[in-house]
Order: sequence, then structure tokens, then C-alpha cells
Amino acid sequence: MSILFDIAITAFLIISGVFGLVGSYGLIKLPDPMSRLHAPTKATTLGVGGVLIASMLHAIAVEGQVSLHELLITLFLLITAPITANFIAKAHLHRHVERDQLPDAAPDDCWAVHDIEPFQAGAEPSTETTK
Amino acid sequence: MIEYAIYFAFGCFSLGLLMNLWQIVFASGVGDRVLALDTMVINMIALLVLFGLMAGTEMFFEAAMIIAMLGFVSTVAYARFMLRGNIIE
Repeated sequence: MSILFDIAITAFLIISGVFGLVGSYGLIKLPDPMSRLHAPTKATTLGVGGVLIASMLHAIAVEGQVSLHELLITLFLLITAPITANFIAKAHLHRHVERDQLPDAAPDDCWAVHDIEPFQAGAEPSTETTK
Repeated sequence: MIEYAIYFAFGCFSLGLLMNLWQIVFASGVGDRVLALDTMVINMIALLVLFGLMAGTEMFFEAAMIIAMLGFVSTVAYARFMLRGNIIE
């Protein structure tokens, strides 16, 4: 039984290490910003997930008790990684992509990243929405 | 066997951290730098959990949790600043 736990923990650790390395390497290697967004948000979350699963198995095998801290971290990372990726992609669309390069946003006039007014300090926030 | 796997994972994530540092210094735009910083935080969480695994203590999970929350908040703040020019309007 113990050797099975050993093999499982080792496999999870090696898989997670390879995934983490691939995610960070893809961040350098991939050509344009949108595909650079793809590498770390998927691969590194899998990498951290592998380390946390290995840690849970280690707690069960060595100390003989179920540890639930890791599930909290995994859950938090799984929830926040897509939100972060969405925010960075939105910022990239806002800064680097022109309005006419995007596909048609029917039924609205334009995409939401181009539908905002630039912020001015001290200005009154406009209550009516621009349509 | 587990010990060598932990060393291997340490090496992989440390190399990943160095690559993120390279990307932060030599990236072409602000968005790439923010993305590299976010990846750095995630690699750091993995390193902390690995260190706790090696030392056999559960003390590092709280640190990893706090770093995860701070990394998320800081990335959202950076993205918000890039998008609006202000964080809290």
C-alpha cells in the first residue's frame, strides 16, 4: 500500500513540475499576446494542482490524516485563474486592438472594451449610459 | 523516491520563476509584464507548498493561501489600472 502511495506522489510531483516548466516556457516562447495568455493560465494551474494533490496524498500516507487546506488553495486558484485571464485579455483588447479589427458585435454597436469613456479626475460620473 | 521527485519539482518551478523574471524584464508590453507577474505568484505558491511538503510541516499552507489571495487582488488591480487608468473610481 505504501509503495502505491509513493508511486502516485512521485508521478503527481513530476507531472506538476513538467507542467509548471512548460507554462513558464510558453510565456516566453509563444508569438503573440493572446496565445501567451493561454500558456500560464492553464498549464501552471494544472502544475499547482498536481503539487497540492501530491501534498494531500502525502498527508494521508505519512501522517494518516486527511488534510483539507490544499483543497481550499486549489479551489481558490481554479476560481481566480479565469477571472485574471479575462481581465488581462480585456486590457490587451482595450490597449492594442482597434475597433474595426474586431469581429462584428451584434446586436450591440461595439465591444464592451471600446464602450467606455476615458477616466478624468474630478469629473462627475455620467449617470446615463452611452448606447 | 519522493525526495528526488520533490527536488525535480523544485528545479522545474525555480527555472519557471527565472523565465518569468526574464519575461518581466524583456517583455514587449505592459500586459505581458502583468501576466508574467501573475505566473510568478502561481509558481511561488507551488514552491511554498513543495517546501512545506519537504519540511513536513503544515505551516506554509496559510502563507500559500495569503499569497494566492494577494496575487489575485494585485493582478486585478493592475488590469483595472490598464483598462481605466484608475483602480477605485
